[in-house]
Amino acid sequence: MSDMDEMEDGSGIVKKFMFLNRKAPHGTVYALEGLEVVLITAAFDQDVSMVFTDDGVYQLLKGIDTKGIEVKDFSKTYRALDGYDIEKLYVDQSSIDARGLTEDDLIVDVTVLSVSEMANLMAEQDVVISF
Amino acid sequence: MQFGILVNEGPYSHQASDSAYLFARTALEKGYKVPRIFFYHDGVYNASRLATPPQDDRNVGARWSKLAADYGVDLVVCVAAAQRRGITDGVLGDNFRISGLGQLVEMGIQYDRLVTFGD
Repeated sequence: MSDMDEMEDGSGIVKKFMFLNRKAPHGTVYALEGLEVVLITAAFDQDVSMVFTDDGVYQLLKGIDTKGIEVKDFSKTYRALDGYDIEKLYVDQSSIDARGLTEDDLIVDVTVLSVSEMANLMAEQDVVISF
Repeated sequence: MQFGILVNEGPYSHQASDSAYLFARTALEKGYKVPRIFFYHDGVYNASRLATPPQDDRNVGARWSKLAADYGVDLVVCVAAAQRRGITDGVLGDNFRISGLGQLVEMGIQYDRLVTFGD
Protein backbone atom coordinates (compact mmCIF):
# COMPACT_ATOMS: atom_id res chain seq x y z
CA MET A 1 0.00 0.00 0.00
CA SER A 2 1.39 3.43 -0.88
CA ASP A 3 1.27 6.41 1.43
CA MET A 4 -1.06 8.12 -1.04
CA ASP A 5 -3.64 5.36 -0.56
CA GLU A 6 -3.41 5.66 3.19
CA MET A 7 -4.05 9.38 3.17
CA GLU A 8 -7.49 8.80 1.74
CA ASP A 9 -8.74 6.94 4.80
CA GLY A 10 -8.01 9.98 6.98
CA SER A 11 -10.65 10.54 9.60
CA GLY A 12 -10.69 14.33 9.38
CA ILE A 13 -9.17 14.52 12.87
CA VAL A 14 -6.40 17.10 13.19
CA LYS A 15 -3.98 16.60 16.05
CA LYS A 16 -1.00 18.62 17.19
CA PHE A 17 2.17 16.68 16.31
CA MET A 18 5.50 17.90 17.64
CA PHE A 19 8.73 16.48 16.25
CA LEU A 20 11.63 16.85 18.60
CA ASN A 21 14.94 16.82 16.72
CA ARG A 22 17.77 16.16 19.14
CA LYS A 23 20.55 14.68 17.02
CA ALA A 24 23.21 16.14 14.72
CA PRO A 25 22.29 15.82 11.01
CA HIS A 26 25.02 13.27 10.29
CA GLY A 27 26.62 10.52 12.34
CA THR A 28 23.29 8.77 12.90
CA VAL A 29 20.29 8.30 10.61
CA TYR A 30 17.73 9.84 12.97
CA ALA A 31 17.59 13.33 11.40
CA LEU A 32 17.24 12.05 7.84
CA GLU A 33 14.59 9.43 8.58
CA GLY A 34 12.85 11.70 11.08
CA LEU A 35 12.34 14.28 8.36
CA GLU A 36 10.47 11.66 6.33
CA VAL A 37 7.94 11.23 9.12
CA VAL A 38 7.49 15.00 9.41
CA LEU A 39 6.67 15.29 5.69
CA ILE A 40 4.19 12.40 5.76
CA THR A 41 2.49 13.82 8.84
CA ALA A 42 2.04 17.15 7.06
CA ALA A 43 0.61 15.26 4.06
CA PHE A 44 -2.05 13.93 6.45
CA ASP A 45 -3.04 17.57 7.12
CA GLN A 46 -1.97 17.44 10.75
CA ASP A 47 -0.85 20.45 12.83
CA VAL A 48 2.93 19.98 12.71
CA SER A 49 5.61 21.69 14.83
CA MET A 50 9.32 21.00 14.70
CA VAL A 51 11.62 21.63 17.62
CA PHE A 52 15.40 21.64 17.35
CA THR A 53 17.24 21.09 20.58
CA ASP A 54 20.59 19.75 21.83
CA ASP A 55 22.77 18.77 18.81
CA GLY A 56 19.57 18.87 16.72
CA VAL A 57 20.20 22.59 16.18
CA TYR A 58 23.09 21.60 13.89
CA GLN A 59 20.51 20.24 11.43
CA LEU A 60 19.68 23.86 10.54
CA LEU A 61 23.24 25.11 10.24
CA LYS A 62 24.11 27.14 7.12
CA GLY A 63 26.82 25.87 4.80
CA ILE A 64 26.63 22.15 5.47
CA ASP A 65 28.80 20.31 2.94
CA THR A 66 28.73 16.52 3.07
CA LYS A 67 31.09 15.82 0.16
CA GLY A 68 33.92 14.90 2.46
CA ILE A 69 31.92 12.30 4.37
CA GLU A 70 30.19 10.92 1.24
CA VAL A 71 26.65 10.94 2.60
CA LYS A 72 23.47 12.52 1.25
CA ASP A 73 23.05 16.24 2.01
CA PHE A 74 19.41 16.76 2.94
CA SER A 75 19.76 20.22 4.48
CA LYS A 76 17.89 21.79 1.54
CA THR A 77 14.77 19.94 2.68
CA TYR A 78 14.46 22.24 5.69
CA ARG A 79 14.15 25.24 3.37
CA ALA A 80 11.35 23.46 1.46
CA LEU A 81 9.28 22.81 4.60
CA ASP A 82 7.03 25.84 4.09
CA GLY A 83 5.96 24.24 0.79
CA TYR A 84 4.46 21.46 2.93
CA ASP A 85 2.78 24.03 5.21
CA ILE A 86 5.28 23.28 7.94
CA GLU A 87 5.97 26.74 9.31
CA LYS A 88 6.20 26.19 13.05
CA LEU A 89 9.92 25.80 13.61
CA TYR A 90 11.26 26.27 17.12
CA VAL A 91 14.81 26.31 18.43
CA ASP A 92 15.87 25.92 22.04
CA GLN A 93 17.71 29.04 23.20
CA SER A 94 20.07 27.27 25.58
CA SER A 95 21.07 24.75 22.89
CA ILE A 96 22.19 27.41 20.41
CA ASP A 97 23.83 29.43 23.18
CA ALA A 98 25.81 26.42 24.38
CA ARG A 99 27.10 25.84 20.83
CA GLY A 100 28.03 29.46 20.13
CA LEU A 101 25.32 29.83 17.47
CA THR A 102 22.78 32.56 16.74
CA GLU A 103 19.68 32.68 14.53
CA ASP A 104 21.88 34.15 11.77
CA ASP A 105 23.73 30.83 11.53
CA LEU A 106 20.53 28.96 10.59
CA ILE A 107 19.18 28.32 7.07
CA VAL A 108 15.51 28.95 7.94
CA ASP A 109 13.53 31.44 10.02
CA VAL A 110 12.81 30.01 13.44
CA THR A 111 11.26 31.06 16.72
CA VAL A 112 13.74 30.84 19.57
CA LEU A 113 12.19 29.72 22.84
CA SER A 114 13.36 29.51 26.42
CA VAL A 115 13.16 26.18 28.23
CA SER A 116 9.97 27.18 30.04
CA GLU A 117 8.32 28.42 26.83
CA MET A 118 9.30 25.13 25.20
CA ALA A 119 7.78 23.18 28.08
CA ASN A 120 4.49 25.07 27.66
CA LEU A 121 4.45 24.40 23.91
CA MET A 122 5.15 20.72 24.52
CA ALA A 123 2.32 20.47 27.03
CA GLU A 124 -0.13 21.69 24.36
CA GLN A 125 0.69 18.83 21.97
CA ASP A 126 -1.33 15.67 21.35
CA VAL A 127 1.61 13.66 20.00
CA VAL A 128 5.33 14.19 20.57
CA ILE A 129 7.74 12.12 18.48
CA SER A 130 11.42 12.37 19.30
CA PHE A 131 14.25 11.70 16.87
CA MET B 1 -7.19 3.05 26.32
CA GLN B 2 -5.42 2.33 23.04
CA PHE B 3 -1.62 2.45 22.86
CA GLY B 4 0.40 2.80 19.67
CA ILE B 5 4.03 1.73 20.00
CA LEU B 6 7.00 2.93 17.94
CA VAL B 7 10.19 0.82 18.03
CA ASN B 8 13.23 2.70 16.72
CA GLU B 9 16.16 0.39 17.51
CA GLY B 10 17.31 -3.04 16.42
CA PRO B 11 17.15 -6.15 18.62
CA TYR B 12 19.98 -7.20 21.00
CA SER B 13 22.18 -4.12 20.39
CA HIS B 14 19.78 -1.86 22.26
CA GLN B 15 17.28 -2.14 25.12
CA ALA B 16 14.50 -0.35 23.21
CA SER B 17 13.11 -3.46 21.55
CA ASP B 18 12.98 -5.40 24.85
CA SER B 19 11.36 -2.49 26.69
CA ALA B 20 8.79 -2.04 23.93
CA TYR B 21 7.94 -5.74 24.01
CA LEU B 22 7.58 -5.87 27.79
CA PHE B 23 5.47 -2.70 27.77
CA ALA B 24 3.20 -4.02 25.01
CA ARG B 25 2.79 -7.47 26.54
CA THR B 26 2.04 -6.06 29.98
CA ALA B 27 -0.48 -3.58 28.60
CA LEU B 28 -2.24 -6.36 26.68
CA GLU B 29 -2.22 -8.70 29.70
CA LYS B 30 -3.84 -5.93 31.74
CA GLY B 31 -6.59 -5.52 29.17
CA TYR B 32 -5.41 -2.38 27.38
CA LYS B 33 -5.48 -2.32 23.61
CA VAL B 34 -2.31 -2.24 21.50
CA PRO B 35 -3.71 -2.42 17.98
CA ARG B 36 -0.44 -1.71 16.16
CA ILE B 37 3.32 -1.63 16.70
CA PHE B 38 5.41 0.28 14.15
CA PHE B 39 9.08 -0.49 13.45
CA TYR B 40 11.30 2.34 12.17
CA HIS B 41 15.01 3.15 11.79
CA ASP B 42 17.03 0.04 12.79
CA GLY B 43 13.83 -1.18 14.47
CA VAL B 44 13.00 -2.85 11.16
CA TYR B 45 15.59 -5.55 12.00
CA ASN B 46 13.14 -6.84 14.64
CA ALA B 47 11.14 -8.24 11.72
CA SER B 48 13.82 -10.50 10.23
CA ARG B 49 13.13 -14.23 10.42
CA LEU B 50 16.76 -14.88 9.45
CA ALA B 51 18.03 -14.13 12.96
CA THR B 52 19.01 -17.25 14.91
CA PRO B 53 20.05 -16.16 18.40
CA PRO B 54 21.61 -18.70 20.80
CA GLN B 55 19.09 -21.15 22.32
CA ASP B 56 19.67 -19.89 25.86
CA ASP B 57 18.69 -16.32 24.96
CA ARG B 58 15.37 -14.74 24.02
CA ASN B 59 14.35 -14.80 20.36
CA VAL B 60 13.23 -11.23 19.79
CA GLY B 61 11.68 -11.76 16.35
CA ALA B 62 9.77 -14.90 17.33
CA ARG B 63 8.58 -13.17 20.50
CA TRP B 64 6.98 -10.35 18.46
CA SER B 65 5.36 -12.89 16.13
CA LYS B 66 3.84 -14.75 19.08
CA LEU B 67 2.55 -11.54 20.65
CA ALA B 68 0.81 -10.72 17.39
CA ALA B 69 -0.65 -14.24 17.18
CA ASP B 70 -1.87 -14.16 20.80
CA TYR B 71 -3.41 -10.69 20.76
CA GLY B 72 -3.94 -9.78 17.10
CA VAL B 73 -1.41 -6.94 17.15
CA ASP B 74 -0.62 -5.43 13.73
CA LEU B 75 3.20 -5.47 13.33
CA VAL B 76 4.10 -2.88 10.69
CA VAL B 77 7.58 -2.35 9.26
CA CYS B 78 8.35 0.93 7.48
CA VAL B 79 8.95 0.23 3.79
CA ALA B 80 11.55 2.97 3.24
CA ALA B 81 13.56 2.08 6.34
CA ALA B 82 13.28 -1.62 5.45
CA GLN B 83 14.48 -1.17 1.86
CA ARG B 84 17.52 0.74 3.10
CA ARG B 85 18.43 -2.19 5.33
CA GLY B 86 17.58 -5.19 3.14
CA ILE B 87 14.41 -6.19 4.98
CA THR B 88 12.01 -7.47 2.32
CA ASP B 89 8.81 -9.52 2.30
CA GLY B 90 11.00 -12.60 1.75
CA VAL B 91 12.70 -12.29 5.15
CA LEU B 92 9.75 -11.15 7.28
CA GLY B 93 8.85 -13.18 10.36
CA ASP B 94 5.27 -14.36 10.93
CA ASN B 95 2.63 -11.65 11.37
CA PHE B 96 4.87 -8.79 10.28
CA ARG B 97 3.93 -6.71 7.25
CA ILE B 98 5.64 -3.93 5.33
CA SER B 99 3.80 -0.67 4.78
CA GLY B 100 4.26 3.11 4.67
CA LEU B 101 4.91 5.77 7.27
CA GLY B 102 1.25 6.71 7.01
CA GLN B 103 0.58 3.77 9.32
CA LEU B 104 2.67 5.49 12.00
CA VAL B 105 0.92 8.83 11.54
CA GLU B 106 -2.45 7.06 11.80
CA MET B 107 -1.46 5.66 15.21
CA GLY B 108 -0.82 9.22 16.41
CA ILE B 109 -4.14 10.40 15.05
CA GLN B 110 -6.35 7.51 16.14
CA TYR B 111 -4.96 6.14 19.41
CA ASP B 112 -4.96 7.67 22.88
CA ARG B 113 -1.20 7.40 23.34
CA LEU B 114 1.83 6.91 21.08
CA VAL B 115 4.80 5.57 23.02
CA THR B 116 8.29 5.71 21.49
CA PHE B 117 11.10 3.30 22.37
CA GLY B 118 14.52 4.37 21.14
CA ASP B 119 17.57 6.51 21.72
